[in-house]
Amino acid sequence: MALSSNFWIWIAAILTLAIYSFLYKDNPFYKFAEYLLVGISIGYGISVYWHNTIITKVFNPLVYDKNFLVLIPLLLGLLMFSRFFKNVAYLSRIPIAFVVGAGTGLSVPSSFEFLFKQVYATMPTKLDIGIIIIVIGVISTLIYFFFSLEHKGFVGRVSRVGITFIMVAFGAAFGYTIMARVSLFIGRIQFLLSDWLGIIK
Amino acid sequence: MKKIFFFILSISLFILIFSQEKPILTFLGEDTPDSIVKNFTIDASDIPNDGGGGIELKWDSPEILKDWFISIIRIDEDGKRVLLTTDIPILSKQVRDVNSEEEPDRVIDSKGYNYWGILSKKFITEELLQILLDTFDFKEGLYSFNDDTFFVLSKTQMVYSKASWFNFLRLAVLISLIIISLTFLYYLNLAKKGKDLYIRKINGLDAVEEAVGRSTEMGKPIMYILGIGYVTDIPTIAGLTILGRVAKKVAEYETKILVPSYDPVVMTTAQEVVKEAFTEAGRPDLYNKNDIMYITQDQFGYAAGVDGMMMREKPGAIFLQGLFFAESLILAETGHSIGAIQISGTTETAQLPFFVAACDYTLIGEEMMAASVYLQKEPMMLGSIAAEDFLKVIIMSILVLGFLLSFLGSGLKIEFFKNLFDILYQALQV
Repeated sequence: MALSSNFWIWIAAILTLAIYSFLYKDNPFYKFAEYLLVGISIGYGISVYWHNTIITKVFNPLVYDKNFLVLIPLLLGLLMFSRFFKNVAYLSRIPIAFVVGAGTGLSVPSSFEFLFKQVYATMPTKLDIGIIIIVIGVISTLIYFFFSLEHKGFVGRVSRVGITFIMVAFGAAFGYTIMARVSLFIGRIQFLLSDWLGIIK
Repeated sequence: MKKIFFFILSISLFILIFSQEKPILTFLGEDTPDSIVKNFTIDASDIPNDGGGGIELKWDSPEILKDWFISIIRIDEDGKRVLLTTDIPILSKQVRDVNSEEEPDRVIDSKGYNYWGILSKKFITEELLQILLDTFDFKEGLYSFNDDTFFVLSKTQMVYSKASWFNFLRLAVLISLIIISLTFLYYLNLAKKGKDLYIRKINGLDAVEEAVGRSTEMGKPIMYILGIGYVTDIPTIAGLTILGRVAKKVAEYETKILVPSYDPVVMTTAQEVVKEAFTEAGRPDLYNKNDIMYITQDQFGYAAGVDGMMMREKPGAIFLQGLFFAESLILAETGHSIGAIQISGTTETAQLPFFVAACDYTLIGEEMMAASVYLQKEPMMLGSIAAEDFLKVIIMSILVLGFLLSFLGSGLKIEFFKNLFDILYQALQV
């Protein structure tokens, strides 16, 4: 057993244990690690915003490219700060309305494109049992998501097939993701036992 | 003695440094032993259907040049040189000069560019590259540098990148958008005329009132988590719509709602939504904007913060409605451990299994989108649900048609149906 002499490994190990202590119950160690993580991530986020947004998307285009159109989104962004002044707080609704409206508008064509890709991928280019299962699965699942029809009789039976397909898919996804999570956990335990405590090599 | 020694040493070093020959770039002539190299040309053209920031370079790659590399330098109409690519195999046949908006040396709409290609059998050294970018007077022909030879191709025609008004590759999307819009208008018109439109039972939503009521009876707050999406994400927008309905119930029951947020814009929007819901319920006095708070924009920092809040506030009901990723199970499990009634919903198929496992009710995918209609049951909104269902019928018809054509074409080998299937298949490719 060779304990690590690296200060930062000790910090990482103590914080890992502090976070895992939540598995027992909420406690001061967890609270400390939680507040530290939240605080650091906010600070980090601000620096990322500063470099990736203020410098790259506002300062550089304005100063170097002389692109004064940037002033429009800059003004919209600054309007968000009007929330701090009660008498003009309503102005912050303008950028929110813009972001929601533009975002929804941008999402619609991309959603359509995604829909096309799904239908394209489902097209039976060859005939085998797999493709038959896919086509039945897609159609019955679509019927499960019918909202304007009562799920009774034929529609009810097909929608039950649909929800069965959905649950089978969920089961597979569940197992797959759990595997990934377990491997993350193993990675952390390896860090504690190897890098920190030096019990395993 | 020492001085003499240092003098001799300095002289020796001086001679050593300056006696070393600097590699010289030598022009060997316009001809090359290999006529294929001499006739090698690059075809530069604007990438169609884009925003004007891309040029495509293509070339034929004869088999004889399969071991050669190509480096390309771009020179704009002001004479500025930029290295586009270096030492890519000739067999790759094409390269696209496209960069992100943030890249200062990107191709700009309506500006002219020439390209010089450099063919070499070996990788080009940094030293040579610097000469090519700084001082080299481009002239077609064979050159030698450091005993290596390379061939400079004739420059391409000046090419301009042009922004397109329409992306014709997405024509099918436009047509389907028109069809869908017309279908929506038709059903909205039906709803306007008073046609009775039906919406089926959605289990999770019937439990909203039960969850809010139970929480009120226990004297505990309600927690509404919108996930880690932005206000431009459709699941977040759907989550905000459901938040409005839930907040109205909360105001009617005179209880408290906590909304920890991941994104500042989502937080601001949630504040507006809750404020409006409280006003609608006739209880604007109960609204406290500090109950809708920002946590952090770090995924696991957010999960840790919300988990801690759950343990301390012990909400009686938790709504997880929005866009969730790897933090979904962490949040849902913590909510389950404190005994809260949980109603979740997301469109992320990878996270739905965790919600199904850890929550009392789960809105799967589109059920979440239909939730606002279900909770309000306004005739106009019911019209949109009917239109969506009609579109599902169209999708199912396309799939069934595709299956039949594939069966007749590929299965029974009837050429006519095979061609029809190919046409349908191509039409769906966007």
